[in-house]
Amino acid sequence: MGELIQMFLSGTWGTLSLFGVTLVGCLLGGTILAAMRVSPTPVLRGTAAAYVSVVRNTPLTLVMFFCVFGLPYLDIRFGSTAAMNSFVLANIALIAYTSCFVAETLRSGIATVPVGQAEAARAIGLPFTQVLGYIVLPQAFRTVLPPLGSVIIAMLKNTSIASAFNNRELISAMRGAIELRGDIVIPLLLATALVYLLLAVVIGRVFDVLERKLVILR
Amino acid sequence: MKKLSTIIAGSAIGLLALTACGQEGTPEAAGEGGTQAEAPEYTVAEDVDLSDSDTWEAANSAGTLKVGVKMDQPGLGNTEPGSDAPEGFDIEIAKITAAALGFAPDQIEWVETVSANREPFLQQGTVDMVVATYTINDERKKVVDFAGPYYVAGQDLLVAADSDIAGPDDLAGTTVCSVDGSTPAQNITDEYPDAELVTYDTYSKCVTDLQSGSVDAVTTDDAILRGYAAQYEGEFKVAGDPFTEEPYGVGLPKDDDALRDAVNDALEASMEDGTWTEAFEYTLGDSSGVEQPSVDRY
Repeated sequence: MGELIQMFLSGTWGTLSLFGVTLVGCLLGGTILAAMRVSPTPVLRGTAAAYVSVVRNTPLTLVMFFCVFGLPYLDIRFGSTAAMNSFVLANIALIAYTSCFVAETLRSGIATVPVGQAEAARAIGLPFTQVLGYIVLPQAFRTVLPPLGSVIIAMLKNTSIASAFNNRELISAMRGAIELRGDIVIPLLLATALVYLLLAVVIGRVFDVLERKLVILR
Repeated sequence: MKKLSTIIAGSAIGLLALTACGQEGTPEAAGEGGTQAEAPEYTVAEDVDLSDSDTWEAANSAGTLKVGVKMDQPGLGNTEPGSDAPEGFDIEIAKITAAALGFAPDQIEWVETVSANREPFLQQGTVDMVVATYTINDERKKVVDFAGPYYVAGQDLLVAADSDIAGPDDLAGTTVCSVDGSTPAQNITDEYPDAELVTYDTYSKCVTDLQSGSVDAVTTDDAILRGYAAQYEGEFKVAGDPFTEEPYGVGLPKDDDALRDAVNDALEASMEDGTWTEAFEYTLGDSSGVEQPSVDRY
């Protein structure tokens, strides 16, 4: 029993490390993509629109396949060990995929900011990056906190796909536990679901607190 | 009208030009397997009566025996893309057992099972028996019964044909690939921590990595490795001797002793009259040096 708990704990740690790195990456990536989507330069707009269309409509398993098997084919590797390499590549796939959803969510947030604000910012001479950075994005982020929370919780569950590509996380722990204890398969599946539920509830709570303090309702 | 005929002529010429792009002949499959041309036939027993077994009664009245098998392990239980029935040593054992229970091969319904759902399927009656590289161990015996073993596999290594790795002690500093969560993977982590373990969700990804040289060895039960070595003729070899013991058994619903005795009888009979060897040589190749296990009637 102690061994099972040990396996689940190290699996949860694996999931949380994937989640943490992807969280930072996708918020950054999503912001950049959203900025590109609303930028005055048509090239940037077109590139971002094409990227989001392609990657958002590809299943995450395929995106991860391309990253984990395709990038090494082009001799792009990270880190000296296979474990670090797979970790980074899985994170790249997750960030690339989740950024699209964050970007689309942010874009709808940007649309809620009254256009007069952007016009006033231009009128006082602020360049585009500062209009976004000081005026529009802070308001946009605060408006879309609820759907952003959903995207982040979905990303937490998507990390399970990395277990098929050499990342030892919660699903790996579950598979190992089932192999060891074939007599309690259903309880093990329920335990895994419970851990994901717990992590998602915690994230949901964090977003609840953030919403209470920050959300702008128009 | 002239424009229409120009278009038709143009597309016809275009199509003709495209036919030149066809390949000469079809590409060869990645090596032919070690299979002979004809599948062994097993005589179906007549007048079988196992009324003490609820599972057998139900299957008999339905006219179908549901057998859980793997469908992604070459040599043991594998469905080729495009074919509708699985093939392999496990499938042959299932056919031998079904024949002894009175079911012809076309009365068998093959249900795909993966490692995680073998016990639940037997407990819920989704399948009547499981022949799916099912290792006998004490935890599983708490919830299902086992007939057999019908083959004692062991963990082994698949390496490139020109590799120097001869056994698990040569693994220090190399990369070894296996399936996530499986017993061989856990064994490598526990016993050979100097080897770097890479895990994927299917063996085929491991074998692809071995082909490209990203990993130095693939580890799992030697029967599965033999299947891959036979499929990719000449590229790989199974290194050395197995270093663990994994007895494969036929999984049966718990406490169905009549069925278990019947399946054990069938397995023993097949080992005595040569059908076991026939099935082995049809699916896994040369059986010289392979020991037939004795069934365990616990």
